[in-house]
Amino acid sequence: MNYEKLTIDPAAGQMLGKARKDQVETVWDRFEAQQPQCGFGLLGLCCRHCNQGPCRIDPFGEGPKYGICGADADLIVARNLLRQVAAGAAAHVDHAYEAIEALKKAAEEKAPYTVKDPAKLKKVAAKLGLVTEGKNDLDLAKEVVDIAFGDFGNHTGAPMKWLTATAPAERVETWEKLGVLPRNPDREIREAMHQTTMGMDADPVNLILSTVKQGLVDAYAGLHLATDLQDILFGTPAPVATEANLGVLKEDYVNIIVHGHEPMLSEKIVEWSKKLEDEARVQGAKGIQLAGICCTGNETLMRQGIPIATNFLAQELAIITGAVDAMVVDVQCIMPSLARVAACYHTKIFTTMPIVKMPGAEHVDFSLPEADRKAEEIVRKGIENFRRRDQSRVDIPDVKTKMLGGFSVEAIVGALAKLDPENPLKPLVDNIINGNILGAVGTVGCNNAKVVHDSFHVTMVKELLKHNVLVVTTGCSAQALAKAGLMVPEATEKYAGDTLKAVLRAVGQGAGLNAPLPPVLHMGSCVDNSRIGDLLSALAAYLNVPIKALPVAASAPEHQHEKALSIGTWAVSLGLLTHLGVVPQVLGGRKVAEILTGETAENLLGGRFYVETDPVKAAHGLVNHIKAKRRALGI
Amino acid sequence: MNQLLVRTDKCVGCKSCELACSVAHSRSKNLFGAFSGGERPVRRVTVETNGERSINMPIQCRHCREPKCVSACMSGAMYLDPETGLVLNRTEKCVGCWMCVMVCPYGTIVPSEEHKVAVKCDQCLSEGHHPACVQSCPTRALSFVPISDFDKTVKKAFLSKFISGEEV
Repeated sequence: MNYEKLTIDPAAGQMLGKARKDQVETVWDRFEAQQPQCGFGLLGLCCRHCNQGPCRIDPFGEGPKYGICGADADLIVARNLLRQVAAGAAAHVDHAYEAIEALKKAAEEKAPYTVKDPAKLKKVAAKLGLVTEGKNDLDLAKEVVDIAFGDFGNHTGAPMKWLTATAPAERVETWEKLGVLPRNPDREIREAMHQTTMGMDADPVNLILSTVKQGLVDAYAGLHLATDLQDILFGTPAPVATEANLGVLKEDYVNIIVHGHEPMLSEKIVEWSKKLEDEARVQGAKGIQLAGICCTGNETLMRQGIPIATNFLAQELAIITGAVDAMVVDVQCIMPSLARVAACYHTKIFTTMPIVKMPGAEHVDFSLPEADRKAEEIVRKGIENFRRRDQSRVDIPDVKTKMLGGFSVEAIVGALAKLDPENPLKPLVDNIINGNILGAVGTVGCNNAKVVHDSFHVTMVKELLKHNVLVVTTGCSAQALAKAGLMVPEATEKYAGDTLKAVLRAVGQGAGLNAPLPPVLHMGSCVDNSRIGDLLSALAAYLNVPIKALPVAASAPEHQHEKALSIGTWAVSLGLLTHLGVVPQVLGGRKVAEILTGETAENLLGGRFYVETDPVKAAHGLVNHIKAKRRALGI
Repeated sequence: MNQLLVRTDKCVGCKSCELACSVAHSRSKNLFGAFSGGERPVRRVTVETNGERSINMPIQCRHCREPKCVSACMSGAMYLDPETGLVLNRTEKCVGCWMCVMVCPYGTIVPSEEHKVAVKCDQCLSEGHHPACVQSCPTRALSFVPISDFDKTVKKAFLSKFISGEEV
């Protein structure tokens, strides 16, 4: 099958052929069926907030200029955007809340979790201003939990502690001046819903400021909180070698896929998959092969070295291999079509969360105290299902790539410390200053059916590497880049510009890799974008400049989710040029689009959005931005 | 010869055809491009509804066999193209007197304020004769088919309703 117009991933391409042969509908078929998509929606000019509507504004000025309530194009666009960003923030905050609950139960010894990384616990506690000396881990964890929950119970006007403790002071000051410091994540999200309901805020600018606030809610009550607590519970990632793509599934093994976003259950699935290997052998399998999709996959990759099956857009294709005995899902980015696809094969989908159920899937009610029992139950059911597999319908693409993952900030600093134990950041910063490393770009976010699967991530990043730009990455972007073979030492030789290559060779040798460091560093899941934020904070602090002055940028090349918008808003708020490879649904509000992508955002925050739908042009735009920042720094 | 035909029971009034028409008749031929470039393309179709809001219908030029707009055109701009059967406007000849607008029984000739010429549906002749409104219709309320195909499907629909004893 000729798949080049749909995906650049040969494994996905092969499975698309199988999908056609097996007559299974995939996301690409549904995308085609949706064409052409509504122009009002594409421009963000449709409002359904009240029952006088739906209203839409004619972008070409012939038809209505105002909704029934009187809202104009900018107001409708700004309201819609704030709701989208609030929804994205809600997803991450809810995720982080689950992590607090897990740490609380671990500290109280009421759930089978513990403090696996006492060093991280102490580091986080110290940042929060807690006295760490003379306290045992569980007691200290309780104090950390109290502060985390304290933000959710903050009924004063004071900003969230997790933010003031972890964000750079220069930023906190900037955000305070703009009046966008969040107080209590739940309150801010509630307020955004209130602010956007009928007959409320009529000022697009005020709504955009609230959108910035939601970005900060996402970053500090979502991303940062989740990463910190998950590292405490499950360990801070360290470099790990593993593999990516559908070829990691094995024909003679029980194949279990973990999919979604949280590590609480998947960590236990990893444990129980090891414990129950013998049972798999009794069923005639050679063992249990675990693999991940989306950020649950990134979490288990970063900490446990579990391979990646694939990323967001190809999740159905994993099932279409016919070799998946169980797919365990938790939250977010789980296509509602999975049960329909699974019904064409023997695959069992296990939903596990009270807010994610799916007709046709089997629901196992996960709870923290019963984590072991539930994980055991799911793995066992996966093993039992192996017998039902029809091997004649199995076709696993022989496609996988080696990869290195696990680059937490601690791991990066650790590797650099081998070059300069006194000043670990010095070798990195020196090479940025002398121009060997032109700058850095963080590529994050999703796949989107509007884009040839993975193509934007890979094409843009290859172009960046050629220009000696170091790339750090998370989420489905990381998975796309891993599948394209960009996370191995050989990729440095093949794709990096000469000066970047020399630096990565030296760091790799110094760190004892005996090979260059890969040119693309996998920093984790989408919540682990906090790690990128921390790395930037550390670099800025070392150079004694604000983050907005650094020769760096962010990019969400194939974003689809509301979470990507809230993370992107935070990135802009940090002072970063933030590229979007797909046009967001805001263009219909000229003033709003101008504020987000123009001088207003830049003057207030130091960052702005940058929309470019061509990957090579986008890379050049980012390189030019980096060069401009270098000039401003005088380097 | 294909005709633009409407199944009013399928029209949900989303106005996707209006936008698609504007974009098809813009310079950039692309929604984002036309909007960002500040173009003001004129739509040749509008979705109208009756007083009770019970029927929606996209209305565009019916390309009459004896077009009143052609008879009324004093400059000879408006003409019935014998080859395609379409009523078309030679805008270079159009003087913007709006006689055609006055006499059109469907109200489908639109004065372009920008260019001071009459603008009307050309069934996207310049776009390969694939009307953008039809392609954009999410419920397939609009179709571009030979008239005989259309009444055949209506007859079949009637027959199945008749057989099942449904009200017709």
